[in-house]
Amino acid sequence: MTRGCLLLPFVEVTGLRKYFPVQRSFLENAVSRKHEFVRAVDDVEFTIEKGETFGLVGESGSGKTTTGRLLLRLIEPTSGKITIQEKDIVSAHPNELRDFRRQAQMIFQDPTAALSPRMTIGQAIKDALDIHQIGSSNTRKELVLQMLDRVGLVPAKLFYDKYPHQLSGGQRQRAVIGRAMILEPHLVVADEPVAMVDVSIRAQILNLLLSLKRDLGLTYVFITHDLATANYFCDRIAIMYLGKIVEVGLREEVFNSPKHPYAVALMSAIPVPDPQHKLQRTLPRGEIPSPINPPAGCRFHPRCPKAFDICSIKEPGMIKISQTHRVACHLFSVEEQKLLQPDA
Amino acid sequence: MVKPLLSIQNLSVEYASKRGQVKAVTDVSLVLDEGSTLGIVGESGSGKSTLGFAILNLIPLPGRIVAGRITFDHTDILKQNEDDMRRIRGGQISIIFQDPLTSLNPLLKIRDHFTELLRIHSPSTSKEDAISKAGQLLDNLAISPERLSDYPHQFSGGMRQRVMIGLALALNPRLVIADEPTTALDVIVEAQILELMKRLKDEYGLTVILITHNIGIVAEMADRIAVMYAGQIVEMGPTNDIFADPLHPYTKGLLESAPNILHPERSMRPIPGSPPDLITLPSGCKFHPRCSRVFEPCRIREPLPVECNRRLVACHLYD
Amino acid sequence: MSRKLRFESLATGGASAWMVVIGGVTILTVVMMTVLSHYISPFNPTAINVGPILQPPNSRFPLGTNHLGEDMLSRVLCGGSVMLQVAILSVVICSITGVSIGLMSAYVGGFVGKISSLVMDSIYAFPGLVLAIAIAAMLGPGVINMALAIAVVYVPSYFRVVRSQVLTVKELTYVEAARALGAKSRRIITRYILPNLLPSVVVVVTLNFADAILMAAGLTFLGLGVPVSIADWGWDLTYGRQLMFVGAWWVGGFPGFMIVVTVWGFTILGEGLSELLNPRLREMV
Repeated sequence: MTRGCLLLPFVEVTGLRKYFPVQRSFLENAVSRKHEFVRAVDDVEFTIEKGETFGLVGESGSGKTTTGRLLLRLIEPTSGKITIQEKDIVSAHPNELRDFRRQAQMIFQDPTAALSPRMTIGQAIKDALDIHQIGSSNTRKELVLQMLDRVGLVPAKLFYDKYPHQLSGGQRQRAVIGRAMILEPHLVVADEPVAMVDVSIRAQILNLLLSLKRDLGLTYVFITHDLATANYFCDRIAIMYLGKIVEVGLREEVFNSPKHPYAVALMSAIPVPDPQHKLQRTLPRGEIPSPINPPAGCRFHPRCPKAFDICSIKEPGMIKISQTHRVACHLFSVEEQKLLQPDA
Repeated sequence: MVKPLLSIQNLSVEYASKRGQVKAVTDVSLVLDEGSTLGIVGESGSGKSTLGFAILNLIPLPGRIVAGRITFDHTDILKQNEDDMRRIRGGQISIIFQDPLTSLNPLLKIRDHFTELLRIHSPSTSKEDAISKAGQLLDNLAISPERLSDYPHQFSGGMRQRVMIGLALALNPRLVIADEPTTALDVIVEAQILELMKRLKDEYGLTVILITHNIGIVAEMADRIAVMYAGQIVEMGPTNDIFADPLHPYTKGLLESAPNILHPERSMRPIPGSPPDLITLPSGCKFHPRCSRVFEPCRIREPLPVECNRRLVACHLYD
Repeated sequence: MSRKLRFESLATGGASAWMVVIGGVTILTVVMMTVLSHYISPFNPTAINVGPILQPPNSRFPLGTNHLGEDMLSRVLCGGSVMLQVAILSVVICSITGVSIGLMSAYVGGFVGKISSLVMDSIYAFPGLVLAIAIAAMLGPGVINMALAIAVVYVPSYFRVVRSQVLTVKELTYVEAARALGAKSRRIITRYILPNLLPSVVVVVTLNFADAILMAAGLTFLGLGVPVSIADWGWDLTYGRQLMFVGAWWVGGFPGFMIVVTVWGFTILGEGLSELLNPRLREMV
């Protein structure tokens, strides 16, 4: 089936929402019907092209981690549509979901927690093959040994029989990566893959991920709070705040000319390893509010140095700055600009 | 010649473990002038946090200080008895911990944290005075004094860390040790706290030891840096000099491996290998298995710190 | 792997390893003694008047005789048999039931979880021995009935340990990782959850044994266990209690000592295993 020159995106997400009900005691439930929700992800929309590395950047409460898990349907969305390789993930049946799992994998933030303490890493990686019945029981061990080699856990035979507690943090993360990659997935969601790894090892792990990307033709979703790492690793970046995407664009666009006041603040906040560099920080007031009752209108408005009237009333939609760069901010909406500069 | 406020000579700290002695800190010496900020940089296992705790003689069992001398303003720290040490801790030298969540008592109101502290150190202080002082401190830290009657869990991470800083400054200490003070915080909050710390440093004329793995923070906050690896200081000197021209291969590797948002092409270069096992350390120079410029003496002899380009470096390349 | 663990730890002088060894050896000795009792006991333990009554320990009857002229040595050698059988049976019934219900309750959760917790907590709230007595009284004497009575009392312990562990482990990242790989529930339970439960369950098993022996002795002591025609330390305690007043301490003393030793053996084993199996995972420097 030809599609002509219309390329459908690899991943397409629209209207994605995840609300977590706030836990209440038995009494509270009996007394009132009103439920409160943590709006972890609130109407998120983006697309990802095949072969690119898409960054989801944000601080705590931004919803980036939840979005990653929703993508792989490790948790159920409250509403919304997720299409990966033209398959509707949200309404997929359990059997289809199992095939999907083979094609979409996750790398976790804490490599110690991500490995069962009672399984050798060889067993842990081999389990992936067992689950999907890849190869025969003889060839599976061989495949695992090759993967151990590939992720730098050499000599492979030695590492096959090691338990996670016998490995260093960086080595554990390599094992986690090996387990994800052995299924030769098409999409990999990496949730803060180097946050808990030593600084000098981070580059090693990231370079490993990049080289695997080349070899396996992967598409990555890279979730992080570390902007500098995202700058190194990602092609496109989406910045999230309190469950919403506030800015999305190519890496150069977002880093060199951030538009959203929150993005600007984030960029200026990062410590730079250069003592001569003069830091000019434009920090917003206060701290991130609770995602249970997010501010009305634009969620950032109470802290925004550039907020004006409409910001507390109406939520901004995504406004195009360029073909690839979009911002959710009233400062850039044409109507608002006209209102701001009535003489222009 | 100004006498240094803090002087550490040949300090060694070891922990007993099932597999043997963990040499957390080995033969560390440094001096700290009053009013300066020293950044101690290292990764996990470098010994930086252990060093910080040793200054306050707070090494928990099964750890022990096995050698060395720590002199703080004429006082030999390691020779003090517990009562005197208690007076020094909080009063002369205070510490800000990494995780404000677990460092504050969840059962005490914020106000009580302060009154406890102030009255332990000067029992004659009245409760009203203590509370009013606490209010002043918090005000200076951009927390409304009304929040004194709240509990720690009602505060956000950034605010808790400000409370920690307030507690650390309440008794006007001369030296503040900050152990990874912003690691557990979000990016913007981290920036807010760093700005706050800079302001307070000037305002109170503090001497600060900042322990961190983040070289971006030391670039911003520290006058001098000590780089630690496997329990030893491998390079120490003025911040500007070290960043402009790192001498020790590990320092160089550390700087190059850090992400740099302004110059991404110069950053994220890995150091091969992994940090060593502190029980069975490599022979000679502890860094030699990972060093790109290793040569003969590195495997055999431990390099001693030498002066080079206005700083100390422990590397055979500069012997 | 566990054997290797033990030898490693012994070499480094780990106290917990020694506890396991000493406990294990003690229990093995008691078990061997009981199993071989048929061959090694000098007399039939229930044969009356093999010697003069109430003889203190002497060269012919090293542990003395009781008021029926039965040889105490033979009674001590054979008397553990019922208790051990009851203990093994009850532990087997109990652990399988408790672990299964606990697993199901925690994994399925929801209403089922809440109800099963409620039931288990109610049973747990009863003082163990009282409940066992009540059930044994209802069911009547015999090894199997004793085992059942004790099993019912102990199921909640397994249930609670398993349920709380599974609830924790269920949320752990490596279970999520298994789901991300595409594993089905059955696989997750058997390969990811159960192996991580094993240390705690093993500890409960050993303590279960210790308790079961005590309870079995108690039930027999009260006359709710096996009939008096079977040699049992519990019966010896019953007689021994009264015979104490006439100075015949050996009738209750030696069997009582054996009960203490057996229970102690299991307890020490359990404590040692508990230390050995868990901190192993936290051995990082």
